[in-house]
Amino acid sequence: MPKAAVLDPQGNAVRDAMRHLGMPEVRRVRIGKYMEIDVDGKNGDLEARLHGLCHDLLSNPVIEDYELQRLEAEDSTFANPRSHSAPAGQPATARQRGVGSRKQKGRGA
Amino acid sequence: MAAINGIGGLSAEYVWHKQTSLHSFDAIVLPGGFAYGDYLRCGAIARFSPIMKAVISDAREGKLVLGTCNGFQVLCEAGLLPGALVRNRSLRFVCDMVTTRVEVDDSPFTRDCPKGTLLRLPIAHGEGCFFVDTKTLRNLNANQQVIMRYADRRGRIVPEANPNGSIENIAGICNRERNVFGLMPHPDRASDPRLGSADGAKIFRSMMQAISTTRATVVPEHVKQVA
Repeated sequence: MPKAAVLDPQGNAVRDAMRHLGMPEVRRVRIGKYMEIDVDGKNGDLEARLHGLCHDLLSNPVIEDYELQRLEAEDSTFANPRSHSAPAGQPATARQRGVGSRKQKGRGA
Repeated sequence: MAAINGIGGLSAEYVWHKQTSLHSFDAIVLPGGFAYGDYLRCGAIARFSPIMKAVISDAREGKLVLGTCNGFQVLCEAGLLPGALVRNRSLRFVCDMVTTRVEVDDSPFTRDCPKGTLLRLPIAHGEGCFFVDTKTLRNLNANQQVIMRYADRRGRIVPEANPNGSIENIAGICNRERNVFGLMPHPDRASDPRLGSADGAKIFRSMMQAISTTRATVVPEHVKQVA
């Protein structure tokens, strides 16, 4: 998610549209990114390495905060072909052991 | 590259992003473009190209590094310059000719254009809104790291002259050591009067002068361009 101090013109445009569509109660909209990352294994340092990449690659700490969350495979779009087709040939175990990454403001990971 | 090669005494070569050394060059230019389709964030993936290790180590050793447009974004992502470039405030891709005002006297990139000089340069970007936190902004101003601001044609720094919502109309900054310079405008697309402006050539000439004066003897310069 963009940090609070970073202008989010996209969020503002969506906020205005929501107000226009009959919801004047909307005070603020912030738009970030949501990524799902399907990984193999459950090694002890896996989560720490993922945090490293969240910091170095997946988010830019100058303008964004991120949060890393572990999700059950059935909650992941990887496992739900209706909303998103799973990659062909992906071993079932990989999907069962998915780790999701969610960026969210203010929660810190 | 044509912009640099068109200036007497300079010659540029492309360097493939998978190469790992820039030793034979006097300066490095990271040009504009949309490396890796701007996926994830502008410059976020390009920043990990193999050649970037050489860019970072050469920059740390004091070599001149110029980043224009996408090159500026890559330099920020790589941590060679503070801050970040985010979505234009207007949410529109802006393709226009702008006026920038040179804010410092002593940068190796603007020796040929003293403080207050107005440069007409083109811009073409969707994510050119420069952002830094307030503490970093204070340091940038205190250390004279803001090289250029967007100005109107009379040289006034006013909101109407700001094409993308950049904080304090900042168009280009350098690092504390003053050897790395990034800007959203394209000096490379304004280095010949036939392109509508030759002001951009002043940046490359300044770099050439800076390199020449740091040497005992003047030899032909080789300016490297990372594609």
